[in-house]
Amino acid sequence: MSKDTLFDKVWDLHKVSSLPGGSDQIFIGLHLIHEVTSPQAFGALKDKNLTVKFPSRTVATVDHIVPTDNQSRPFKDNLAEQMIETLEKNCLQHKIKFFNIGSGSQGIVHVVAPELGLTQPGMTIACGDSHTSTHGAFGSIAFGIGTSQVRDVLATQTIAMNKLKVRQIWCENQLSNGVYAKDLVLHIINKLGVKAGVGFAYEFAGPAINLLSMEERMTICNMSIEGGARCGYINPDEKTFSYMKNKLCAPKNEHWEKALTWWKSLKSDEDSIYDDVIKIDASKIEPTVTWGITPGQSIGINQKIPLLDELSPNDKLVAEEAYEYMSFKPGQSIKDIPVEVCFIGSCTNGRISDLRVAAKVLKDKKVSKSVKAFVVPGSEKVANEAKQEGLDQIFKDSGFQWREPGCSMCLAMNSDKLIGNQISASSSNRNFKGRQGSPNGRTLLMSPAMVAAAAINGKVSDVREFIN
Amino acid sequence: MKSAFTPPIGKITQINGQCISLIGNDIDTDRIIPARFLKCVNFDSLGESVFEDDRATLKGRHPFDLEENNNATILIVNSNFGCGSSREHAPQALMRWGIRGIIGESFADIFYSNCIAIGIPCFTLTKKSIEEIQNYCDNQFLFLEIDLKNSLAKSKDLNFNLEIKESSRKMFLSGEWDATSTLLDNKILIENKFNQLPYIKFNTNF
Repeated sequence: MSKDTLFDKVWDLHKVSSLPGGSDQIFIGLHLIHEVTSPQAFGALKDKNLTVKFPSRTVATVDHIVPTDNQSRPFKDNLAEQMIETLEKNCLQHKIKFFNIGSGSQGIVHVVAPELGLTQPGMTIACGDSHTSTHGAFGSIAFGIGTSQVRDVLATQTIAMNKLKVRQIWCENQLSNGVYAKDLVLHIINKLGVKAGVGFAYEFAGPAINLLSMEERMTICNMSIEGGARCGYINPDEKTFSYMKNKLCAPKNEHWEKALTWWKSLKSDEDSIYDDVIKIDASKIEPTVTWGITPGQSIGINQKIPLLDELSPNDKLVAEEAYEYMSFKPGQSIKDIPVEVCFIGSCTNGRISDLRVAAKVLKDKKVSKSVKAFVVPGSEKVANEAKQEGLDQIFKDSGFQWREPGCSMCLAMNSDKLIGNQISASSSNRNFKGRQGSPNGRTLLMSPAMVAAAAINGKVSDVREFIN
Repeated sequence: MKSAFTPPIGKITQINGQCISLIGNDIDTDRIIPARFLKCVNFDSLGESVFEDDRATLKGRHPFDLEENNNATILIVNSNFGCGSSREHAPQALMRWGIRGIIGESFADIFYSNCIAIGIPCFTLTKKSIEEIQNYCDNQFLFLEIDLKNSLAKSKDLNFNLEIKESSRKMFLSGEWDATSTLLDNKILIENKFNQLPYIKFNTNF
């Protein structure tokens, strides 16, 4: 059993009681909600005649269903309009702060909360979205919950949960040029498998992690869930604190000093005990691309799609399913596979640093004529910052469409979808069957820089050929 | 035609019914209920859309389309079932289709919590036992009687000792799987925790 890790400390601090069955009642310090997983929770409150216990601890935005081309109201899609109206009504009725479209702070919930300074070290954070693990980048303990648990958090600010085990993933050395946080996390998921994290929180640590910026750390923690871990975190350090300073909802003045003292005390002890420790050599990782239907099915850009014989018995079943669905042959190179759609965005890679790195690749280049490419900033703040830096113009000049903020084609709840069996190069997080809106659409996950390279060449490419 | 949906309530001690087997590892919640069906403000009509895209691909040959499975209540799955998105719509869709309990090699964490929260017990068995059940289901109907008190599954030909998290088992037996009221019982402890947490006082802007 783990001891004296950051996870243990934050868990213990937030434990309200031991429940009769043996699980713990955990206080949720920050509750984030959006339009997709909250309406039924508010409905349940009404049915049970309950109110929101601490409205000031819940913050809302709208992201999954928003159109990214024309955001004028009412939305063209009646169901999407109904969902945003329901959220507006619920927030108004329960006095919950709502960052709506046009507020200057709307966006993907996991992009918005950190950039507003809502996400802070030492907090417990829950949201009805599996990518809530993102917030662990700040040394918070953050995890996705379902709608019934959203209801419980609204009604009680607590949930019933079994304590997780803790696995440290120690990343040695540093990523080489042209290799990004996305490549690192895809590599980790490939090495450990998509279910290795079940029952675990992942602590990402080591020199390669320390070197990452806060936004890169968010990319890593974001995809913990793709490795099965509903929670992933990184111990806070000076980078964390300097990122947070002066953010809208970050502590100010004397509170800042108090907060800083407390945050500095929050990290896994030198002699803390983990349930498991795994070591990864970051320097050996190449730009990484998925070839299959789970985020664990990835290879380096110069590798070939694995043969069935090269896989462990447990991976064979899904590999066979993947060959068939993707229409790829075992032993085929991933490089040069033609792509038809290029998508830069999502809670994994829709932040300003992601846009900067992609824009750098695209500057003075043109998107291949065979490709539809679009970029969806993670939030209104990201969009504004990008415009100030002229990144929007670089994207547009290259042939990318510049869109309004939202989740967009990561999960295709709006009108941004693959058609038929199109192949997308996508900076998002899931390559599941049908994920990007077409029941037989095919998704290749990669870093935003790699998506930019694929857009230019019209096929999977090694971004290092563009930046070296 | 399925009978009208009634959600589980109170103590859950027994689940009896026909098994439906679905073979595959890492079946994610996008497959259980594709995202386009999440455009709703209640869960009512999700049952009919469960596995929609997989079913369309198999053109009537998907286990959820076979007439002989129409009344099945116990779903048999392989490993890492329910991975991916946290959408409770996935177990809600399964439940509204008719599923009352799931037995598998392993489950994704959030999917598992969602099932517990809506009253669907999830049990685990070894890969070998699951394959035994799935092979059996290939050839004949399997009716299981699941006894939560003793974590046993019995049938005419097959018997299994099921694994289930002790906390979940106790919650089903006591009826406290619907956690809200249990959590609310500790109202004072919650207030105390709110007042103790250092960061509550740090934030001034929201």
